Amino acid sequence: MTVRTRSTQVSVDAIDTVLPAGTDPPTAVNTAAVLFRNAAVRLGGRLVWSGVDVEVAAGEFVAVLGPNGVGKSTLLKAALGLLPLSVGRAVVLDRPPGRARAEIGYLPQRRSFDPSVRIRGIDIVRLGVDGHRWGLPLPGGERGRAAGRRVAELVELVGATGYAHQPIGRLSGGEQQRLLIAQALARRPRLLLLDEPLDSLDPHNAAAVAALIRTICQRAGVTVLMVAHDVNPILSSLDRVVYLAGGGAVSGSPTEVITSATLSRLYQTPIEVLTASDGRMVVVGQPEPPAAHTDRHVGTGHS
Amino acid sequence: MIVAAAADAGLSWNLVRDVRQMFAYPFMVNAFRAGTVVAVTAGATGWFMVLRRQTFAGHTLAVAGFPGAAGAVWLGLGATYGYFAFCLAAAFLIAAIPTAGGAAAGRAAESATVGTVQAFALACGFLFVNLYKGFLGGVNALLFGSFLGITDGMVLTLTAVAVAILAVLALFGRPLLFASLDPAVATAAGVPVRALSVAFLILLGSTAAEVSQITGTLLVFTLLVIPAATAQILTTRPALSLALTVLFGLLVTWAGLTVAYYSPYPIGFFITSFSFSLYLLARLAVHAHDLLDRTARTPHPARASA
Repeated sequence: MTVRTRSTQVSVDAIDTVLPAGTDPPTAVNTAAVLFRNAAVRLGGRLVWSGVDVEVAAGEFVAVLGPNGVGKSTLLKAALGLLPLSVGRAVVLDRPPGRARAEIGYLPQRRSFDPSVRIRGIDIVRLGVDGHRWGLPLPGGERGRAAGRRVAELVELVGATGYAHQPIGRLSGGEQQRLLIAQALARRPRLLLLDEPLDSLDPHNAAAVAALIRTICQRAGVTVLMVAHDVNPILSSLDRVVYLAGGGAVSGSPTEVITSATLSRLYQTPIEVLTASDGRMVVVGQPEPPAAHTDRHVGTGHS
Repeated sequence: MIVAAAADAGLSWNLVRDVRQMFAYPFMVNAFRAGTVVAVTAGATGWFMVLRRQTFAGHTLAVAGFPGAAGAVWLGLGATYGYFAFCLAAAFLIAAIPTAGGAAAGRAAESATVGTVQAFALACGFLFVNLYKGFLGGVNALLFGSFLGITDGMVLTLTAVAVAILAVLALFGRPLLFASLDPAVATAAGVPVRALSVAFLILLGSTAAEVSQITGTLLVFTLLVIPAATAQILTTRPALSLALTVLFGLLVTWAGLTVAYYSPYPIGFFITSFSFSLYLLARLAVHAHDLLDRTARTPHPARASA
């Protein structure tokens, strides 16, 4: 299969279209969008992590880092209320997890559509706008037209206008990812939970999608909590990182957390963080956990 | 008048006269009514089934109707009730399969359980057929369909069930589409994915029971799968694709009924052959279109090197 690359055209004017409905983004900086206190999650009898404290302020861009199988996706699912905490407390957008779903845009770990899926890109985005509603939209009704306009705005925002009308399964990974981000933004969320959105993208596309997410976060004031296995494409935009390892977590600014001392303490084994001449960081000596990589398969997330 | 029409039953060159002659028989009128109702229902449910890749489950639900109908005939009840009772029971059975192990694990467990249910259903059907001694001619009709002897009461029952199925589909078609394409995001958006999949199996069971009465349990796919598969080859627009599915279903049913009326061969064969031809034509057309497209897009060698 050929890898198609297209330049990012994030139209700055269109950014207004993702502003959360009825909120003034810059004012709400002091309240926490996501808060975990002494939280623990148990999956099938196994303690995934415990004693986790996470605080994400509104409007921040936060990365969740850590080795495979350590429970990064689990953290997002707990924030969505899809998995209950066994111990501790969580508050998401001032409510218990699960109550704020209408204001959260979620991009699960993928998940690419296979070529036989006969649905267009814009139909996938449209599902994000009104796919959860019961009943049928009246053909030609005002609500249906408004949803159509919203889809066009979102597609333009992520720079997918050129290919949004093609069957989603025929698009490249980067193109699908942009459309899925458009879908996640459809209901003007105040919080975006993104699970490895840069995974399986080539470096060019990863940089472009990272830039798109940063733009959305900064210009629309949307809080972003993003799971990543490589921090480098987003390092310059991050306000904070949450590093999960060894059943616990450390959070703070990237320069505080991604250091030899902090990571060595977290892993309880010597870890070295090297900085390349171009500013990229490399973590050396982290032990790969023996965890099964079940999270690589759609929908079976245990990570 | 009916006697006169029966005397010269056969094809002539006068199409209007032929059609009028065919509709002079109440059993043909009922066959067309029932066929139309069944084709529309099968199209709508089948479109979702193909999209959800549950064709195997659909086939099993249909096969489950066979022992139901055979058993009902053996007990002296109408075959219609047997179809519905067994198809719905099988739907509940398949719906009870736990899918807690995740989507992929769930699907593997589902197909194994579905296969088990199917084998048992066929075996029961065979037993019931044997228990009812004077029934041998009817087996063909149960398995491969018949359009004879559809009563007004049956048409009424089929229509009532069809209206219920279509109303439920209209109510939850959109969240069902979301849950079918993207279960993880749909769950996060508050769509009750598990409940919808159970509800869909029940709809699929009812639809299979409806279709079985025209095409027989083994040829249910003729109306449940082929029109939807054909439409999904031709277009990626959900609304258009759904409309085409229903249209194809109606066309092959009407054509099949007409040809079966004028020929000694079974209706199931004709409906299936017509839909199969449509499917082949659609595949060929799309393939030809892709080829032309590729040829047009390939840059001319001289221009590419310049």
